[in-house]
Amino acid sequence: AALKDGLRSQVSAALKEGRVTPTELCQRCLALIKSTKFLNAYITVAEETALKQAEESEERYKRGQPLGILDGIPIAVKDNFNTAGIETTCASNMLKGYISPYNATVVQKLLDRGAVLVGKTNLDEFAMGSGSTDGVFGPVRNPWSYSKQYKEKSVPKSHSEDEESNWVITGGSSGGSAAAVSSFTCFAALGSDTGGSTRNPAAHCGVVGLKPTYGLISRHGLIPLVNSMDVPGILTRCVDDAAVLLGSLAGHDPKDSTTIQDVFKPFELPNLTDVSKLSIGIPKEYHAPGLSSEIVALWSKATDLFKNAGAKVVEVSLPHTPYSIVCYHVLCTAEVASNMARFDGLEYGHRSDTKESTESMYAATRREGFNDVVRGRILSGNYFLLKQNYEKYFVKAQKVRRLIANDFVQVFRSGIDILLTPTTLSDAAPYTEFIQEDNRTRSAQDDILTQAANMAGLPAINVPTALSERGLPVGLQFIGRSFQEKQLLTVAKWFEKQVQFPMIQLEEVERHDSAVFQHQKSASFS
Amino acid sequence: QKVSVEVLDHLEHLALVDFRDSEGVERLQKAIQFADQLHEVNTDGVEPMDSVLEDRCLYLREDDVTEGNCTKALLENAREKVEEYFVAPPGNIPLPKLEERETFLQGS
Repeated sequence: AALKDGLRSQVSAALKEGRVTPTELCQRCLALIKSTKFLNAYITVAEETALKQAEESEERYKRGQPLGILDGIPIAVKDNFNTAGIETTCASNMLKGYISPYNATVVQKLLDRGAVLVGKTNLDEFAMGSGSTDGVFGPVRNPWSYSKQYKEKSVPKSHSEDEESNWVITGGSSGGSAAAVSSFTCFAALGSDTGGSTRNPAAHCGVVGLKPTYGLISRHGLIPLVNSMDVPGILTRCVDDAAVLLGSLAGHDPKDSTTIQDVFKPFELPNLTDVSKLSIGIPKEYHAPGLSSEIVALWSKATDLFKNAGAKVVEVSLPHTPYSIVCYHVLCTAEVASNMARFDGLEYGHRSDTKESTESMYAATRREGFNDVVRGRILSGNYFLLKQNYEKYFVKAQKVRRLIANDFVQVFRSGIDILLTPTTLSDAAPYTEFIQEDNRTRSAQDDILTQAANMAGLPAINVPTALSERGLPVGLQFIGRSFQEKQLLTVAKWFEKQVQFPMIQLEEVERHDSAVFQHQKSASFS
Repeated sequence: QKVSVEVLDHLEHLALVDFRDSEGVERLQKAIQFADQLHEVNTDGVEPMDSVLEDRCLYLREDDVTEGNCTKALLENAREKVEEYFVAPPGNIPLPKLEERETFLQGS
């Protein structure tokens, strides 16, 4: 089976029929990880354990008793999920060398279903950032930087300029996961999403990025950033695969009291053909300042696509959208200030050599362990939580949060099924350009289209749509009603089928994957 | 208005994280300025929202012991320990005052 196949439709069958073995799949992925090392997508590659898991999976297939679709499938996990026996660093000095004694619930679920964990992926330090550039292990490179499609469109500025300086970012903070999926080194990856951290890199790397409803998937073992907004995110190459992953991960977890108790029924996505009963909302405030004209045009084309297929398309208003970033800024830094308090060097993680007093040891440990971004957010958060500021900033932000969440309630109450918006303001920026602004500024700019869904706890998904003029992926976002992932994914799948997003043409992958791959029509959408 | 040195010092004590340089202080100033935009929104009569799941009940589970006995595994990650204790330097010693501390704020 080609590395490019869909899980349910092709790979699962191939494994069951013995046309490919879990060990082969695992070895192929591991080899590809090695040859794409320059992407810096992985912090830890779990070669030994992965091969062992693949072996065990192979035994199960031989006995005719696979655990399910995910049995034997190589998966990558963002490095802010605890993995027993495998280093978990959050791309920070604070946790370098930290080996967790337990698996995050979502990791355990994957392993229980036979998935093969190939490695932990790179991110912005403690998931703070929108570029995957601010981690202690260096930035992640977008695989599309090395694609035929991008190289064809780049104009070299001079003879001496090599492609080294031209590479573009993955977006963030789950950039490593997005790059891993995009470059075929795994079939799916876990990310996290607090302000857009799964959907943003998904858009820049041309993969599907799903942010589930808050409360659907357990956060137990996901090192927390903002307890009231964090969710584990799912990155895959197609919407169907996202549904498979969702089916394996969703559901109540007694270890996470913020997971709802409703029984979750995994589903297969129907092949929607008739969209005439659908009502799509186009929120006018998402025509944000800085939105590239290319994306505006693409968004408009998508709208037309739905209209022409018979769906009802309505312009709607989410009036408090412009305040969602400011609101997020306050709530996020406040919760971060609280969540980062656990890192004091005593029980785990980095510990400073300072011995004079507990407080001075804590201070030195945190000074040495955290980067500027993290420290900045902790200090800001503590400022907003000071007695004299609490009502004025923190409580105020909580009130604005309600207004933002209510905006969505109003719109969905008025008969809208799904919202369609852009995911990012533009295609991926070159690294050299991106780092010219600081992390907070960038995050404020880049999170604008994704953040409100986290505020309101709604499910949202990025679907890769077309290539930009520079040959880079651009995605569009669908936002659904709470816990209506089936409807959201069904519409997303229909849309995915319409746009026929082109496959990335990467030399490294083509060398490894000798199986005949289907030539897909290049984007009929741009 | 700029944040006073007293407040900055207070924050360093609370957060146990330091403003390493003027950039750090600038960063806070900008963050506050940014947050001030919140005051443009009229929130009269609006209740603060703690959680998007506020309409649901937080549940209780039975008080049964289902896991534990993992002292060894938990101590594994600590750098300084004695028998089953995490070892900390002496407590009840507050961080030195501004004048006595090695902090960037001293110069302010």
